[in-house]
Amino acid sequence: MSIQSKDVEYVAKLARLNLTDQEREKFTEQLNAILQYAEKLNELDTDGVEPTTHVLRLSNVMREDVVQESLSKEKVFRNAPEEEDGQFKVPAVLE
Amino acid sequence: MTLFDLSLQELHSQFRSKELSVTDVVGEAFTKIQERDERVGAYLTLNEEEARAHAARLDDKLVTGESLGLLFGLPVGIKDNMVTEGLLTTCASQFLSNYNPIYDATVVSKLKLAEAVTLGKLNMDEFAMGGSNENSSFHPVRNPWDLSRVPGGSSGGSAAAVAAGEAYFTLGSDTGGSIRQPASYCGVVGLKPTYGLVSRYGLVAFASSLDQIGPITKNVEDSAYVLQAIAGFDPKDSTSANVEIPNYVSALTGDIKGLRIAVPKEYLNGIDPQVKAAVLESLRVLESLGAVWEEVSLPHTEYAVAAYYLLASSEASSNLSRFDGVRYGVRVDNGGNLLDLYHESRSQGFGPEVKRRIMLGTYALSSGYYDAYYLKAQKVRTLIKQDFDQTFQKYDVIIGPTAPTTAFPLGSQVDDPLTMYLNDILTIPVSLAGVPALSVPCGFADGLPVGLQIIGKAFDESTVLRVAHAFEAHTDHHKQRPSL
Repeated sequence: MSIQSKDVEYVAKLARLNLTDQEREKFTEQLNAILQYAEKLNELDTDGVEPTTHVLRLSNVMREDVVQESLSKEKVFRNAPEEEDGQFKVPAVLE
Repeated sequence: MTLFDLSLQELHSQFRSKELSVTDVVGEAFTKIQERDERVGAYLTLNEEEARAHAARLDDKLVTGESLGLLFGLPVGIKDNMVTEGLLTTCASQFLSNYNPIYDATVVSKLKLAEAVTLGKLNMDEFAMGGSNENSSFHPVRNPWDLSRVPGGSSGGSAAAVAAGEAYFTLGSDTGGSIRQPASYCGVVGLKPTYGLVSRYGLVAFASSLDQIGPITKNVEDSAYVLQAIAGFDPKDSTSANVEIPNYVSALTGDIKGLRIAVPKEYLNGIDPQVKAAVLESLRVLESLGAVWEEVSLPHTEYAVAAYYLLASSEASSNLSRFDGVRYGVRVDNGGNLLDLYHESRSQGFGPEVKRRIMLGTYALSSGYYDAYYLKAQKVRTLIKQDFDQTFQKYDVIIGPTAPTTAFPLGSQVDDPLTMYLNDILTIPVSLAGVPALSVPCGFADGLPVGLQIIGKAFDESTVLRVAHAFEAHTDHHKQRPSL
């Protein structure tokens, strides 16, 4: 399956990226080359093979719910691009 | 001969006898950085004032005769994707160019506990994506053995700093070969521990099912000491393994009689003839020490790179969604709404390789393609892991080259991502299987270092280190230094 420029545009939107025309053209070409290479995996019969999500086979690591000190406000906002009244400030969500 | 040529034990004994001070050793590190780093480019941020103050505090401690931490007084450089409280941590990305962490990664806390002195933060491929360090959004790193060539990546700064004598040791991170491949290109020792052995808390996530932190050092003994200091269960990392940590230094017995080595034929096919010759010569050295080796097959090797790029990019596309310009990082606000802010901040903050992988991963996870790409790759990962499991039923270690070639010239592969990805063909299968592997210098080809990759069973770093140490004791490749 080969990807078209419009597919790249769609995926960029999902990934919250704006692409220039030049980037879109380049990524279309490069993603096609990479995905074509990935077609190689179809040479293998994987029916009945369990997927490996994780080599340690851990699941649902739990701990006791213990109250601990949390971060100070000063630390939480140290890197905030914009802050107001102890909150992260962002532009309007809806127009 | 420099102070960095002294072994850890020699340094510690000279500290105790007052022949040397920590201030001397840290001072020499900054002198080397001053002399060389303009050409090498290993560092992004220096921690000079604090490092010198720390050295002075450690010297005070020497007077009182207290017991010394495991890595007491050793100058360390840290890859810039591990957070350091109050010290800029950029992941070599414009997006995080102003990021001042509010806590220390667990490995950083452990280094402090062991009394190592942090010199600064090391250059890398942006968000650890790349194999040449050319994807740093600040400046490339150059290979100390030949400044026209790459140091490898993504831990290029970490490997180059040790090779250039700009740090006693460094920490790197490895997702598909990012410690081992640059260690091979720069002629130093790089260890990727078993997945889960070293805490990832405070490591900026790239591909969470693969990422692992490990040491880059100038010899195997140092690697064992550093691993000792950083390994162990961490409740703050839910993928941390709760296993007993052995004494890695005491595993370095020099005895490998009867060791059973598997050499995958797939790892010797199609590689540079001089690299192959160095590996075969290394096997003769190991044979002379009483080991036996046989050729084996890891039949799914050729599928590893394809599976890896789908899995790692998918995980990256998810992990990097946190970089939205709201809570930290560089925000680009062109007066639009919140969605515009996300788009602008990410588009301007990320470089081309990061965007490419986010795009690939988003596509592979998107509706209608998940089974064909992501799930298929996870199943192939199982087959690759089984190759290793089966081989380790009969053999103690698997040995081959670390990379198919030596370091390549800067700029020679930047426009061809697929070719660049294939440099990792010998390190990626190991990452997918989650087992430990170490690259140790094993020769030179046209003046450039070659690395031997020693792969072990899960959590059997002791054997990997023992074999590498025995090999090193009978060769002198690791003692060569670049002329800079």
